[in-house]
Amino acid sequence: MRARAAGPGTAAGLAGLAVIAAAVLLAGAVLPHGPLEMDLSRSLQPPSGAHLFGTDAFGRDVLARVLHGGRVSLAVGLVARSIALLLGLAAGTAAGYFGGRTDALVMRLADVTFAFPTLLLLIAIMAVVTPGLWALCAALGAVGWAAMARLVRGQILAVREREYVQAARAAGAGHLRLIARYILPQCLSPLIVVFTLGLGMTIMAEASLSFLGLGVQPPAPSWGGMIAAGIPFMRTAPWLTLFPGLVLTATILAFNLVGDGLRDALDPRSPLARRRAGRVAGDGAAPARAGGVR
Amino acid sequence: MIRFVARRILTIAPILFGVVTVTFLVMQVLPGDPVLALVGERYDEATLARLRTELGLDKPLAVRYLDYLGRVARLDLGRSFVTGRPVAESIAERFPRTALLAGSAMLIAVVFGVLAGGLASRGRHPWTGRLLMGITLVGVSIPVFWLGLLLIHLFALRLGLLPPSGYGGGSLRYLILPAVTLSFASMASIARVTRSGFLDAAGEDFVRTARAKGLGDGTVLGKHVLRNALIPVVTIVGTDFGSYLGGSVLTESIFGWPGLGRLIVQSILRRDFPVIQGAVLFTAALFVIVNLAVDISYGIIDPRIRSAGGGG
Repeated sequence: MRARAAGPGTAAGLAGLAVIAAAVLLAGAVLPHGPLEMDLSRSLQPPSGAHLFGTDAFGRDVLARVLHGGRVSLAVGLVARSIALLLGLAAGTAAGYFGGRTDALVMRLADVTFAFPTLLLLIAIMAVVTPGLWALCAALGAVGWAAMARLVRGQILAVREREYVQAARAAGAGHLRLIARYILPQCLSPLIVVFTLGLGMTIMAEASLSFLGLGVQPPAPSWGGMIAAGIPFMRTAPWLTLFPGLVLTATILAFNLVGDGLRDALDPRSPLARRRAGRVAGDGAAPARAGGVR
Repeated sequence: MIRFVARRILTIAPILFGVVTVTFLVMQVLPGDPVLALVGERYDEATLARLRTELGLDKPLAVRYLDYLGRVARLDLGRSFVTGRPVAESIAERFPRTALLAGSAMLIAVVFGVLAGGLASRGRHPWTGRLLMGITLVGVSIPVFWLGLLLIHLFALRLGLLPPSGYGGGSLRYLILPAVTLSFASMASIARVTRSGFLDAAGEDFVRTARAKGLGDGTVLGKHVLRNALIPVVTIVGTDFGSYLGGSVLTESIFGWPGLGRLIVQSILRRDFPVIQGAVLFTAALFVIVNLAVDISYGIIDPRIRSAGGGG
């Protein structure tokens, strides 16, 4: 499995993620400028040796802001995906294991969540709550639960009646022990794929919300917010929109590369079979795509 | 076939009901008082009370919910807090513009996506496939708002070929940049699934049978391979078109396209809740209906799905 996972794309994605993570984490220690440090005498300077990505209208170092913004984006992405994972695990396990009314209720809720275009639902939520990082994570997580829940439910249905599970049940294992020890481990690999693929999309969604002014609030730097702030200067200082977008795209691309590689390595079925199954049988295995955030 | 369609239509009724309920609830939990947002800084208690009664905000939640259901059933989406205009009227005015943009983007995406994917699947050299997969992965990874800005920078500001933004009465010059921007991710996804669909279908038993029967290349491609490769393409067209029809908030914002997406953003900035609520509801309902059409079209394309009853 490991050998198949390490295609050239996956390797490039992993390398990219390592570089981005290192840069983002070390930014504070290495860079001479802070992300909020203003110097109006040095505003709107093009990229140079002193400021690799140039400076913005307030004379702040764009590189420092891009890296600190990345820290926020990555953290929000991870926390939001974890929230989606926990919600999806709980709901999907309940639906798949107990079946009946619980199942019907959870799946109808998932249908309703899927009925909203992702970005629209996020915008509606962020428009009514008090903006803040936790609200942002909660909203992004709440939107992602349904796909996870469908996946977990499908996996549980597939293994629930297997012989080893029945054997464990006959040996007197309780619900919790059955679920945690015998059923959930079987769902791990597809969950990892969905988690990773969703990370790219979550980061894109966060950037989109911040771009619209509904995500990370200024003066805290964020990729989406920086791009929006650079629009009035597009003719005179294009680096303000160029660099944050470039790093943002590279990050999403890296997550998608890794996610794609993991999926091919862990799922023997062809992409067509998977898509057909995901759609027709509704088992939620359809690949996560970024198409919803337009 | 009729039974298949009827069953599919029945399944969306509870979903639409859920959508109405969620839209109502989201708008009820807002922490700020919409009436205070409405009157602004200067107000007196009498005005506040009058507005509350007028808007029905003094009634209990359950009563408001039933009122809301009744009004939605009559297609009455209320009036804008800001302009006093019926929300349904604003939506009716903006929807054709959004539909024009969505339709053009989808057309570009399907034509070029299927073409690129089909060509790449015929390529003898393994690198044609890899190259396409690489390019398309970048395509789905670029955030649409940044791509739009890059295109504006290049084609409008640098080269001066096209207007940077605006609607221009829907003329082609104004349509090109936003439509291409919006089409990009769909085009990339369509190219990916078309290629793998062609490759998979070519290896299927029924294709080998068709060849063995002595059918020509054209017939096999048109009748057997294309049909099978089409299903995932239809999935993408359906979900993406469904969400584009509801207004591409980001694309419409950066290009100043006066459609539904921009209406939603503007209403959020003005905290004009009836408009947000109405537009979100309209969009989600449309999304559900387009997805229903996609489900039904599976049955038309692939008889196996129809006879199996279609599953979930």
